[in-house]
Amino acid sequence: MFPYLRLGLFILPLASLSLLIGLWVSISIIEREASRLNLKISLNDIIFYSLLAGAVGGRIGYALEFPTLFISKPLSLFSLSPTTLSPIFGVTTGLIFFLSWIQRKKIPFLLALDATAPGLAMFMVFVGISHIFSGNAYGAPTTLPWGIHLSNEYRHPSQFYETLIAVAIFFMIQKRILHHDGKGINFLFLVVLSSLASIFLEAFRGDSNYWFAGLRVAQIIAFLIMIISLYFINQIIINKIEFKKNISESKK
Amino acid sequence: MTDTITFDWVRNFKLSAFILIAFSIFWIYFSRNLSSNIIDVVSAPREGFLAPDFTLNTLDGSQITLSTLRGKIVVINFWATWCPPCRAETPALQNSFEQYKDVDIVILGIDLANQDSIDNVKNFVRDFTLTYPILLDIEGKVANLYQNNALPSTYFVDREGIIRTIIIGGPMSETVIKSKIEALLKEEQ
Repeated sequence: MFPYLRLGLFILPLASLSLLIGLWVSISIIEREASRLNLKISLNDIIFYSLLAGAVGGRIGYALEFPTLFISKPLSLFSLSPTTLSPIFGVTTGLIFFLSWIQRKKIPFLLALDATAPGLAMFMVFVGISHIFSGNAYGAPTTLPWGIHLSNEYRHPSQFYETLIAVAIFFMIQKRILHHDGKGINFLFLVVLSSLASIFLEAFRGDSNYWFAGLRVAQIIAFLIMIISLYFINQIIINKIEFKKNISESKK
Repeated sequence: MTDTITFDWVRNFKLSAFILIAFSIFWIYFSRNLSSNIIDVVSAPREGFLAPDFTLNTLDGSQITLSTLRGKIVVINFWATWCPPCRAETPALQNSFEQYKDVDIVILGIDLANQDSIDNVKNFVRDFTLTYPILLDIEGKVANLYQNNALPSTYFVDREGIIRTIIIGGPMSETVIKSKIEALLKEEQ
């Protein structure tokens, strides 16, 4: 689509730029939500260092896949190339760092999760925009009149679908439909909506991976995540009701 | 009164959850792909697509067609003599070629000859003692085919002719190049 912005000698990938802007906007939203939830600590530092830990973990994970190459040239560990990061190692390291930090600072876990929910929802909007710029997450071929010409075929504008649905999810998360601030429900609700969006959108993608009988891997994984999240939401609601019943009985 | 309202809300939640699960199961089943041709075999200069085919003359006058290299891992590197990061990564490409040339791995250096002079290319090849094939894109058609708008740009193509990794910009280190090749070799084990 429009992958690069040429500024004199510099070539700026617009997809990366939109992710950076998304990160900045999301962190501001998380800070605002944290303050609304009376979280008396700045999440800025936690997020920044978690991302840094994720990048370091991602690079170490990649190096562990090719140990002899990196042992013979250890300075390659500091290469700027984002293609030499292991996504699984990166995400795992970032999450472990985030969880251990909030535990060390004695921040209520569920409250911290709820504080991140609207920011994460906004970040997903920017992920969609970055896909519009990069042409990644492209759609399956289609003959529908709104198909876009990409990679030598008319395809579903899956990146636009993804962005529009992410905007809708952001507004639903902002409205806090399920209430119960600080109990982790808003975060779990975000996970449910994102999983549902993934199940729906995957059908229009042209880059799906398949399991047996033509089933799409991403849909199955999203379905399992959705079931687990719905279970936890249900548990939180039941606990809340029992807590209320106990209080009302003790008053009697 | 409060308890009644809360109870209704819970019942609604369970109903909503049931609807979501039922819809998801239906949609996953409805949208499964039963086509025998699941892999997209269209050629496009993108990861996951067939590398667009081309035929170019080499510096020594012979011809190379990409599709005839099917069955080998191919590294396609777009470069020009006037491009500093291209110069910087050339020794890494040459070293990688030396290491892997005996295991069916081909490195093709495509010079954007429409923006370069043949004499400069010859001097460049001599200065860096390059032994991998240097192709001349005299009309810039292959660069257009690959929608190339940044130098250097490198495409790692697997044995089936599918582009697996694209690295835009540089210079790439020898470790980056070799790790991408090793990743493709590992898949075959």
